[in-house]
Amino acid sequence: MTVLDVDIKGLAGSFEIETAFQAGAGVTALFGPSGAGKSTLLKMIAGTARPQSGRIVAGGRTLFDSATGTNLPPEKRGIGFVFQDARLFPHLSVRKNLTYARWAGRRPVSRAFDEVVALLGLETRLDAAPATLSGGERQRVAIGRALLADPALLLMDEPLSSLDKARRNEILPYLEAIRTEAGIPILYVSHETSEVARLADTVVLIENGRVSDSGPAATILARLGLSAGTASEDAGVILEGHVTETDPAYHTAIITLDEDRIELTGDGFAVGMTVRLHVRAGDVAIANAPHDGLSIRNQLLATVEEIRRDGAFAMVALALGGQRLLARITAKSSDDLALRPGTRVYALLKAVSVEMARLERPDPRFTPASSPR
Amino acid sequence: MGETELSIILLSARVAFTAILCALVPAFAVAWLLARKEFTGKGIVQALVTLPLVLPPVVTGYGLLILFGSKGPLGKLFETLFGIGFAFRWTGAALAAGVMAFPLLVRPIRLSLEAMDRGYGEAARTLGASRLTVFFTITLPLALPGIIAGSVLGFAKALGEFGATITFVSNIPGETQTLSLAIYALLQSPSGDAAALRLIAIAVALALAAIVASEYLARKLTAKGRA
Repeated sequence: MTVLDVDIKGLAGSFEIETAFQAGAGVTALFGPSGAGKSTLLKMIAGTARPQSGRIVAGGRTLFDSATGTNLPPEKRGIGFVFQDARLFPHLSVRKNLTYARWAGRRPVSRAFDEVVALLGLETRLDAAPATLSGGERQRVAIGRALLADPALLLMDEPLSSLDKARRNEILPYLEAIRTEAGIPILYVSHETSEVARLADTVVLIENGRVSDSGPAATILARLGLSAGTASEDAGVILEGHVTETDPAYHTAIITLDEDRIELTGDGFAVGMTVRLHVRAGDVAIANAPHDGLSIRNQLLATVEEIRRDGAFAMVALALGGQRLLARITAKSSDDLALRPGTRVYALLKAVSVEMARLERPDPRFTPASSPR
Repeated sequence: MGETELSIILLSARVAFTAILCALVPAFAVAWLLARKEFTGKGIVQALVTLPLVLPPVVTGYGLLILFGSKGPLGKLFETLFGIGFAFRWTGAALAAGVMAFPLLVRPIRLSLEAMDRGYGEAARTLGASRLTVFFTITLPLALPGIIAGSVLGFAKALGEFGATITFVSNIPGETQTLSLAIYALLQSPSGDAAALRLIAIAVALALAAIVASEYLARKLTAKGRA
């Protein structure tokens, strides 16, 4: 189902935005380098910036249409916005901030206040002033405030970029909880691969104000990793699978992908959980035969799909059932192993990070684990 | 404190309060325009607002006399529209005090509006608040420290105003003779030193009380913002 349909032209500073994309349920990431026009795009959808021409339709309502002269003011759009810098009203308590949409915006009460407060873990901070909150708490209040405005769509403009790594990891589980519990479609702007890998269902790639690619998150990130070349430290892929076994004695779990099994450590797993894994290209080694006597426990049979060489390194795309894996190896290794498209090889996973694991109801305090090295 | 002294203080207070109460809304409007809007002639508005601060008060008073005197164009207009006369009346003293205090009111309010993150208003709009609601729930409360600072400063100026008042509405006991004018009149007469000293003591006490009150208010406001 299409929740948001955008087709607009406009100006972001001095350069032109010309963008068309659609977003459905779940999390859609607007992903791309800083200064690509992503934030301006969000402002245009929220109604705080005006496109020159085009159309924006959200939840079946036309918010902007240059052909008919429609341009709803922001307060009539029913779109929640979580800003990079939280923007909590400094003269109001956390409680007054959270309920602002109700007492000042006269929005209907359709989501229980206590539920949102519990979801975001803000029970003890309700009477605090925003200035006394930590960065992470501030961003949680901003998210709660937007949720309590009863939005049909939630826009998030790099909500984690002003936080350090520890704080990010503190917020991410809450974002995951919102995506599943609140059931509100989210448009999430980011230039961080790891955030997108963890949260997004769909990725819309924005470059220079234009959509350069879009599709399911795993597909786009794999394609992106390959084209970014071997210089990219960040290149990697997402794999999705299910927990099929757990071994409490060794604190391990078996994740089954289409045809392959990956063993992970960690205690948060239960059989039947859907798990999303992030595998960096630099953490994948290639062998032409299975090896015994290695500490690396995950050795997966895969087929070479494509090889891109760049100086001393080569980025190898591997087909793994229906999913794709990237391996960054040296050009010399690639030649020694005589890799070419179609070669059957073993992919050795040195490290795998768990981006997400959920049953029907996720535990927001789930802590990501990593695989045995 | 004698009866005349009390009536002088009451008159001064009435003049200063009226001046600030009447000037506050237009001062806020001008401050808002200067802080938030770009328009042609902004420089001229800014100069006009600052003028009473830099012009000799006597000149401002003379200007008021020409414009708002009983034969002045604006004076006639107010007389026929609202029945308010300014010439040689306490209302004229209040007008002079208001005009002189105006730049002192505008400046802190303008600064507080300029320092305010415009993003708050944007956030409030996405939460369903109309422009008007944003003004009353966000802009006004956040500008309050500036409004109070401006009011205290303006009130002090209005209370002590001398040059423009004496030029515009003269020095009439019981009508336009405020604290400063009374002290001046007493110092002119050979036997007025003692009475003048008493008024001076009162003026000093009033000024101190105003400073303490404004400090208290400011502290209370910022404490509320941070607690």
